[in-house]
Amino acid sequence: MSKTVKLKKGLNIRLIGAANKVKTEVAMPKMVSIKPSDFHGMTPKMLVKEGQEVKAGTIIFQDKYNEPIKFSSPVSGKIEKIVRGEKRRILEVLISTSQNQEFETSEIRSVESMSNDEVKSTMLASGLWPFVKQRPLDIVANPINEPKSIFVSAFDSSPLAPDFNYVLQGKNKEFNAGMEVLKKLTSGKVHLTINGKATAESTFTDVKGVEINKIVGKHPAGNVGTQIHHIDPVNKGEFVWTVNAQDVSIIGRYFLNGKYNAKRTIALTGSEIKNPNYIDTIIGANVADILEGQITSDNVRVISGNVLTGDKISKDGYLGFYHNQITVIPEGNEYKFFLTTGWLGLGFDKFSNSRLFPTFILPKSKKFRLDTNTNGEERAFVVTGELERVFPFDILPMQLAKAAITDDIDGMENLGIYEVAPEDFALCEYVCTTKIDIQDKIRQGLDLIASECM
Amino acid sequence: MKFLEKYLHKMEPHFIKGGKYEKWNPLFETMATFAFTPKLVTTKGTHIRDGVDLKRTMMTVVLAMVPCLLFGIYNTGHWAEVAEAGNRNLDFWANGGAKFMTGLWVVLPIIVVSYGVGLSIEFLFGFLRGHSLHEGFLVSGMLIPLCMPADVPLWMVGVATAFAVIIGKEIFGGTGMNILNIALTARAFLFFAYPTSMSGDKVWMAGDEVDGFTGSTALGDLATFMSDKPTIAGEQVLGNGLEAYANSYSFLDSVLGIIPGSIGETSLIAILIGALILLGTGVGSFRIMASFFIGGYVMGLILNAFGGNEFLDLPAHFHLAIGGFAFGAVFMATDPVTASQTETGKIIYGFLGGFLAIMIRVLNPAYPEGVFLAILFMNVMAPIIDHYVVQGNIKRRLKRVKTA
Repeated sequence: MSKTVKLKKGLNIRLIGAANKVKTEVAMPKMVSIKPSDFHGMTPKMLVKEGQEVKAGTIIFQDKYNEPIKFSSPVSGKIEKIVRGEKRRILEVLISTSQNQEFETSEIRSVESMSNDEVKSTMLASGLWPFVKQRPLDIVANPINEPKSIFVSAFDSSPLAPDFNYVLQGKNKEFNAGMEVLKKLTSGKVHLTINGKATAESTFTDVKGVEINKIVGKHPAGNVGTQIHHIDPVNKGEFVWTVNAQDVSIIGRYFLNGKYNAKRTIALTGSEIKNPNYIDTIIGANVADILEGQITSDNVRVISGNVLTGDKISKDGYLGFYHNQITVIPEGNEYKFFLTTGWLGLGFDKFSNSRLFPTFILPKSKKFRLDTNTNGEERAFVVTGELERVFPFDILPMQLAKAAITDDIDGMENLGIYEVAPEDFALCEYVCTTKIDIQDKIRQGLDLIASECM
Repeated sequence: MKFLEKYLHKMEPHFIKGGKYEKWNPLFETMATFAFTPKLVTTKGTHIRDGVDLKRTMMTVVLAMVPCLLFGIYNTGHWAEVAEAGNRNLDFWANGGAKFMTGLWVVLPIIVVSYGVGLSIEFLFGFLRGHSLHEGFLVSGMLIPLCMPADVPLWMVGVATAFAVIIGKEIFGGTGMNILNIALTARAFLFFAYPTSMSGDKVWMAGDEVDGFTGSTALGDLATFMSDKPTIAGEQVLGNGLEAYANSYSFLDSVLGIIPGSIGETSLIAILIGALILLGTGVGSFRIMASFFIGGYVMGLILNAFGGNEFLDLPAHFHLAIGGFAFGAVFMATDPVTASQTETGKIIYGFLGGFLAIMIRVLNPAYPEGVFLAILFMNVMAPIIDHYVVQGNIKRRLKRVKTA
């Protein structure tokens, strides 16, 4: 049964700099990077050496402790550098792209004729597997587990997020193929959840044999965690897998033509971008060329991903493995006099979910240019009830966060740690008066659960 | 403000680790972060943060108390004049300027002592722990004067504040960690340590009372109805007790606040203005406030139903307007640190708080006012309420597994 879910809680942070539905042409990046840190908790074991030539789709490393999970190069070229940090930990693998893109090719077989195990082993062998993530823990799925369902969100509700309707317009065939693959991975249902407020493209509505659910509400309605919670919640011992909508089409592309083509349409967004448009690029692409001439000032923060869950990267950094957008916002590293722009000012320039600022009387069309200032120092939990207003789960967010902070395993299990990912707490972190890094605390809690209970 | 910012930049190296005045960093940081929102940026997690911070939150609460404070100053001045004249029937609004000045002369020192002692101790702990001032005391420092009788000796205010801040808060870890409301801890300390200065007929009015004058409060008078010798303002009541009471303290007077009592607690209107500010900004919990009032009203109705004497027969709405009930409901019970933290728990917490407040007030002859005891009791009970609400959530989610 398809479901329609209505959310009352949540918050849409209205930022300046949403991407126009226009594509800017950019050349193929000269360098791409695959960062093991994008795959939380994974230790890579390198399978290629510096200087070695690779094709798009060549496996470059695998999970040291779960070897079937392999990671492939998104481009053809040369392994330029394996950047290592402390204790020789691998930080990133830099690959310089060659002029002509060559692909590892494999035999094309129709998904329907393949058995479930064949689909799984094809995905593992081709390096497509890391696109599949699992709840609990929000890590790359362990192929041994049997998921009770698979979730794909057909929209992203986070601030300035790309519109998947636009991004995947006309890509019906490959998206469909990707969904066919996902159907083979579970004996349960595959859920595709669309935004109940907007009309979805035929890319999504034409998919057959999956549950098409609707969800209406503010962010985090588009977060797959919210959808799982309301449609088919995860209990202890159960697994649900999730895949990003764009990655579904990458998977579909592979099964249609036998090539790992890591092309992805991303949105270039943020108040500090001159022409916020969409661009076609590739996973792990260097952003220096993309941002060339686009940034309004020097004192900015470049984020791979959105402002709530993205990673800070440098101006010549690389697009993250799972990210569909680049956001550039001003840095807030300056003093603000308390009566003018500081803590006791009128605050018309601040976006607040509390009514301590006039945000709530301003028209809904007003958009804000927010910087990275924390707007205050870290404090203990004092105010109560504010996290609950942006957390549309039947879970007590403050109690769960406190259980995570205090390493209380029983508490975390009881309060629902298996259902949440750090990104579900992003809005809580945003609104919280304490300025505590709640997402980080939840991640630490999940790590503890991973080592003690899984 | 550029020069101030430049000065800040110049001084900063002296106060950071390794600097000349490294030890004074908490003081410097407090001043600097008061004048300027610091240049801290997000490092992990969300890259942007809500504008709200604890300073603004706490400042809003202080602002919400200003109507109570201003009215309290005036009221204190009035009753000081009454006590000196020995005549309760003085016109409340006459001679306003002088009354305000008299009141200010009484109240201001109490505020200065409360903040002075409290902030000094907070800084001391800040130095010990190496952190700047946490804002909690900005509110407590104002609440303490407002819940004191006007005639309280200043040294007692100092001792009570010190007790409340050290024993009530800092030993638990500071702002956000305390179990009991700070201001009520201060009040309870004085109430039990120096009862003669915190209750009775002599403490509510500043100024030198003329011989034979009784400075009793509405609640003090009501309590006498529970004995064989009911008195109103020192005179024995012979006829209809409720009528005599209403003549002396009409409902309108109680709402306006022109009755004697603790400095900030008397005016329902001033308190409701504060409540509007707290609810409008969302700082105060509507659930707690509303359920506290409802709880008190329900207990009033129950007492009315039993009846028996004038205090028990006092219409329930009177209870909400006199004594510290409204002040407790709006400013004390809503303290988020010591109240229940779950949304369901807040309703239970507020209701029981109001219910118990009136129960203690009427049925316990030893304590003419029960509000502060009721709230302190509920502070202690709040974690238990939360525990059951959390267990309810856990059970509901476990049930999901079984039904699925």
